[in-house]
Amino acid sequence: MIGLLVAGVIGTAFWGFNENQEKNAVMMQSENNYQRAFHDLSFQIDLLHDEIGSTLAMNSKDRLSPSLAEVWRITSEAQNDLGQLPLVLMPFSKTEDFLQKIGDFSYEHAIKDLDQEPLTDENYEDLEMLYGQAEEIQRELRQVQSHVLNDQLRWLDVDKELQAQEEPMDSPIINGFKNMDEKVEGFKEVHFGADSSGVSANDEEINENLNGDEVDEDKAMKIAEDFLDLDSLEGIEMTETGEGLAYEAYSLMIPDIEHGTTITMDITKKGGHPVWMLNERDVEEESLSLNAASEKAKQFLKKNDYTNMQLVESKQYDNVGVFQFVEMEDDVRIYSDEIVLEVALDEGDIIGFEGFAHLAHPEGDRDTELTMSREEAEEELNPNLQIREHHVAIIENQQGEEVLCHEFYGTKGNDTFRVFINAENGREEIVEKLANPEPVYQ
Amino acid sequence: MMKRKSYRRLWTVVILLCFISAMNPTSVGAFSDQIIQKGATGDDVVELQARLQYNGFYDGTIDGVFGWQTYWSVKEFQEEFGLEVDGFVGTDMKTMLEKATEYDKEFVHRMLNEGRKFTYYGGVDKNIQKGPVGSKEKPIPPAEKPSPEARKEAPAPKQPQPEAPPEDPAAEETPAEKPPETPDEAPAPEEPSPSPEVDVPAPAEEEPVPQDDDINIEKAINVPEGYSDNDIRIMAQAVYGEARGEPYVGQVAVAAVILNRVESSTFPNTASDVIFEPRAFTAVADGQIWMDPDETSRKAVIDAINGQDPTGHALYYFNPVTATSDWIWSRPQIKQIGKHIFCK
Repeated sequence: MIGLLVAGVIGTAFWGFNENQEKNAVMMQSENNYQRAFHDLSFQIDLLHDEIGSTLAMNSKDRLSPSLAEVWRITSEAQNDLGQLPLVLMPFSKTEDFLQKIGDFSYEHAIKDLDQEPLTDENYEDLEMLYGQAEEIQRELRQVQSHVLNDQLRWLDVDKELQAQEEPMDSPIINGFKNMDEKVEGFKEVHFGADSSGVSANDEEINENLNGDEVDEDKAMKIAEDFLDLDSLEGIEMTETGEGLAYEAYSLMIPDIEHGTTITMDITKKGGHPVWMLNERDVEEESLSLNAASEKAKQFLKKNDYTNMQLVESKQYDNVGVFQFVEMEDDVRIYSDEIVLEVALDEGDIIGFEGFAHLAHPEGDRDTELTMSREEAEEELNPNLQIREHHVAIIENQQGEEVLCHEFYGTKGNDTFRVFINAENGREEIVEKLANPEPVYQ
Repeated sequence: MMKRKSYRRLWTVVILLCFISAMNPTSVGAFSDQIIQKGATGDDVVELQARLQYNGFYDGTIDGVFGWQTYWSVKEFQEEFGLEVDGFVGTDMKTMLEKATEYDKEFVHRMLNEGRKFTYYGGVDKNIQKGPVGSKEKPIPPAEKPSPEARKEAPAPKQPQPEAPPEDPAAEETPAEKPPETPDEAPAPEEPSPSPEVDVPAPAEEEPVPQDDDINIEKAINVPEGYSDNDIRIMAQAVYGEARGEPYVGQVAVAAVILNRVESSTFPNTASDVIFEPRAFTAVADGQIWMDPDETSRKAVIDAINGQDPTGHALYYFNPVTATSDWIWSRPQIKQIGKHIFCK
């Protein structure tokens, strides 16, 4: 009997020992991952500082572009490292923003033809400033790093503390990062080009471009009733969006009595524009073709006074048709101004509406005068591309500016490409391979 | 012995096929009334692709999704035969296709259901156009397509070069020797043969394909521009782990937060980096992300990718009942959906 017990105890002890060993090994593994990311981050920031320094000292233009490209690469490495550290629930966004800005700045200038558009004095001032700021980040980070090394601090402890979400958190690592972020907050902003590189969030753009008078709750309900073509709004619930959104809006939850589900939508206070709408009902077996559904979508837009919208893309996902419409101005497709509609293929009703881009890019007097003809633009295309379709379009280029373009659809082998050629200077603004249907892998 | 049996069966089938096609020169059109347009999926698209391939206009995969390649083929066809070149497959084009081509629905659907790599060029014995079962997954040498000049002449079936047999070292038999039906072990049913000339088991051995094809043929699917089906799956898992049991809008909102983070400068730049960022999502930390997602969460992700965002533009969300971090409470809030408060 006693023998049995002893055997049991020894067995348990052995098992426990093994488990513990394994646990330690796994923990060591994740600690090492954190450490690698952290020390690599520190290394990249060192590099970043040095590389900006060499850019400043550089005289020849031929070396400047590669050097700026190198800065851009390093920032992206550093961002990658940051993404692997458990810093999400921490006030550390300023530093991440800062890295992004250096990246944007260096990318923008690296891709430019510096013979034609050399760096201006202002650009050099910016670089000089970024150099100084990178140095400060470097210093802070090195301090945290030496703490970690000398006091053998563990990232797993940071992780644990964040997990427990105890306040205040007072690990030296967290404090170090906090200090760094506070420093960065005081940094001066870089002067970007005319457009602030399209970093402003969608909701801010919407806020700037909303027109019309303020509507009250009753009016908003009336708008929803017309928009959804409902007879009654019985059981409607209405709330207002909080301060996190740049524009003010009403959130409506309307019972869809016929299907026993809920329709949710937002309507802006200013002007009473529907922003988005979603009916969460299940869609039964399809009885409507995609084509018939696209007609329903067009009718819906017409009924709700969205004029001049053209269907540019339709796709069927199971029993739902998704349709992308863009604004037309003088037969020019305005891609930045789009509305997406979802139509249920069982009853043909609209179950989804997305008008964010439409609200952020109002109709305006866009210049639709072509400087280059279609034939001239065609010469800029890769000769291996077989041209299939042509349109004129306005798109947002990578700098976030609206540009007038010739839009070509072409094929090369079995793939289809879309190329936008700037109608003013013949530059290839965007070249993209369009998605083929994806085979189902099993 | 086995080998001889295979030969015999093959011949039976070949003879029968000739017999059938002689009796029945144009198969009855199965197109439904719908106007087929780009982006559509389903049986009509399968038929369209097969018929276009039959007379050499389409050399892509017959997969039932009206993608770009099908679109260009349709336009070429319309141009060739003086139809309005608009990419929509309406009554005129369907009638013309039905007249000019044959469509063996059973063959095509069987190929799809058995996951075979196959082609459907007219005038070529179908049996040498199909690969072994499941061959769709294996890499296949590029098919030789009919020369464009050949097709210019007439709508009548042309004789394109049949596709080279898949070079699969594992397969010992060449496709010509391969019995056209599934495994040899399957005993042939002892039914009286429908044709008096041959007294060997008839092609009834091939498993009949259910006539009403309820199993929606989804050998390929539409994916939103820029995302693969696997990306969608990972996001669906994250959404399911984080927000199952939430209202559908709440699930779309969680998917939208992931996408907003990808766009944001303060977060990583790909969906998987955002999802697996340490401490970003509790479902990742506690392993709930590895559960099988349901159809709803997948739909929510596709909605979000298509631009739906019930939050406006949220980057964070938390459960007010469990969140203790002061910092998360200090974020400017947007709205509450279900159990989650979404904020900036």
